Amino acid sequence: MSTLSSSIKQSPSTNQSTPVRRLSLRRIWWLGRAEFTLFWRNKTAVVNALVLPLVMVGAYAFYARDNEALTGNTAISVYILTGTVVFVLLLVVYYNLVTAYVARREELMLKRLRTGEANDGEILAAGALPAVVVALAQVVVAVGIGAAMLDLPAPVNVVLLLVGLVGGIVVFVLLAAVSTAFTRNVEFAQISTLPVLMVCAFGSGALIPFSALPDAAVQVLRFIPLAPVVELLQLGWVGGPDGVGFVEAFVQARKPVAILVGWIVVGWLALRRWFRWEPRRS
Amino acid sequence: MTKVSVPAPRSSNVIELHDVTRRYGSFEAVRGVSFSVAKGELFALLGTNGAGKTSTVEVVEGLSRPSSGQVRVLGHDPYTERAIVRPRIGIMLQEAGFAGDLTVIETMRMWAGTVSRPRPVADVMAAVALEHKASTQVKQLSGGERRRLDLALALLGSPDVVFLDEPTTGLDPESRRNTWRLIRGMLAEGTTVLLTTHYLEEAEELADRLAIMHQGRIVAAGTVAEVVAAHPARITFQLPTGVAPEALPALPGARSVHCDRTSGSVEIRTDALQESLAALLAWANPAGLVLPRLQARSASLEEAFLSVADGHMSLTGPRTEKVSA
Repeated sequence: MSTLSSSIKQSPSTNQSTPVRRLSLRRIWWLGRAEFTLFWRNKTAVVNALVLPLVMVGAYAFYARDNEALTGNTAISVYILTGTVVFVLLLVVYYNLVTAYVARREELMLKRLRTGEANDGEILAAGALPAVVVALAQVVVAVGIGAAMLDLPAPVNVVLLLVGLVGGIVVFVLLAAVSTAFTRNVEFAQISTLPVLMVCAFGSGALIPFSALPDAAVQVLRFIPLAPVVELLQLGWVGGPDGVGFVEAFVQARKPVAILVGWIVVGWLALRRWFRWEPRRS
Repeated sequence: MTKVSVPAPRSSNVIELHDVTRRYGSFEAVRGVSFSVAKGELFALLGTNGAGKTSTVEVVEGLSRPSSGQVRVLGHDPYTERAIVRPRIGIMLQEAGFAGDLTVIETMRMWAGTVSRPRPVADVMAAVALEHKASTQVKQLSGGERRRLDLALALLGSPDVVFLDEPTTGLDPESRRNTWRLIRGMLAEGTTVLLTTHYLEEAEELADRLAIMHQGRIVAAGTVAEVVAAHPARITFQLPTGVAPEALPALPGARSVHCDRTSGSVEIRTDALQESLAALLAWANPAGLVLPRLQARSASLEEAFLSVADGHMSLTGPRTEKVSA
């Protein structure tokens, strides 16, 4: 060991830098880069994020193709695409992130990060970076495949598609962070994530279309976190079950957008209330 | 709370605590602690487990808000003005982890990317003697190597103030000496250090001033010499057979003479070790008495610390203490 040289220039400007809340992209980038490295070194996470959605989408596509009643007047390709987004949000974003956040918490990495300059928002955003990037990449690939091979129609309203996708990512990042509060360790994530995974997979209107369910059930299921995402995607792509046009799609989107925003607010409040940065003392 | 653009504090104190308390429910972990640390000084906080050291330090680091009282680091509130204070401090927690799958250099680069004034990663790695471990995954490091990586991260942002919570726990003697040398080098450059340790030798070696905490309060504070001076020296021996405790002479400077009748061991506490010892020997030698296991010891930091731990601390040292600029 030697002593450190004092050749560091002490920039006086840092003393007076004011932002308390603003996110630093530089910090998110460096922390997120490390998260990417960790993601690629974790074989389980890679399989869960890259292979599992592929398998699920394949099985789903097979099932949808032989089931005319399911798809109704909507193109099969749109149903498959919606299903892809559903699996990506649930497996790549939600499940993967619950395990990643819990792993960082249990190895006391979150505790360390909080001693540094990065603020809480930056730490959580950086943790979500690999999941979000992989999820977006998969959706882009799926759209590409759909357009090239499945006669995917041109979308009716791209704005709603993006709102649904981005809003869905935000909701499931928040839900993942909140779910860590009742996830003691990485292994337990397989169980603690089941309620959200099951309810969302089967109740969102993607696997079992709302048209096939009784009205009373649909009125309730509309409010689960994934349902507005599915509704917005179908609205944006083919104008929903009624095949409405660009303007009318905005009108019909009011309700799902409100529900989505509601979930973001609920998720944010729950995060602030229950998220723990350190393991529970035994 | 003060506004962000406060002018520099009047004093040269880098850390100031005024009557800080911390409560967890009905339990008061910190009960009115005040001290200040001047620029370039190393202040050591000692105490038994559960004395409130970590609870105090967490408040100074800005990790927690005090229940009452005032904290200033570099003239700012470390909790509410975190964004101003953090870029200028480095924190080494007693217990913080790493992502085990990252290598040493990946961990260092990641951290360097989050600080405002990063030192060159290679320099810091050399300073803590981890260059040869650069591409080793953190999970394969030994406890001592992890501790040195801990220290490296705390120093990476060229901090003006460094918080070291038991920095040498788990280090072998050589690494400990090296860490001490590194800390001295930082002090020589004008860095201010707040250290907690349970190695008294470490505090004696490094601290300009120190405070001993007990049950949430500072019970002794000052330089090592000042804290030690408040404690008596000690003479111990076995009572020779056939000599009654009452036969012991009165000794100049002695505060107390304690004799355990069953074991026959005698303990004399004195403020004038040399005179007391001379008088004792002047009594024993002419009579041909041999005092088995005779020991005479000046007061040490250990003595001061143990008397706090045993709970028979006489509150002679100043309870709180201020340093003038």
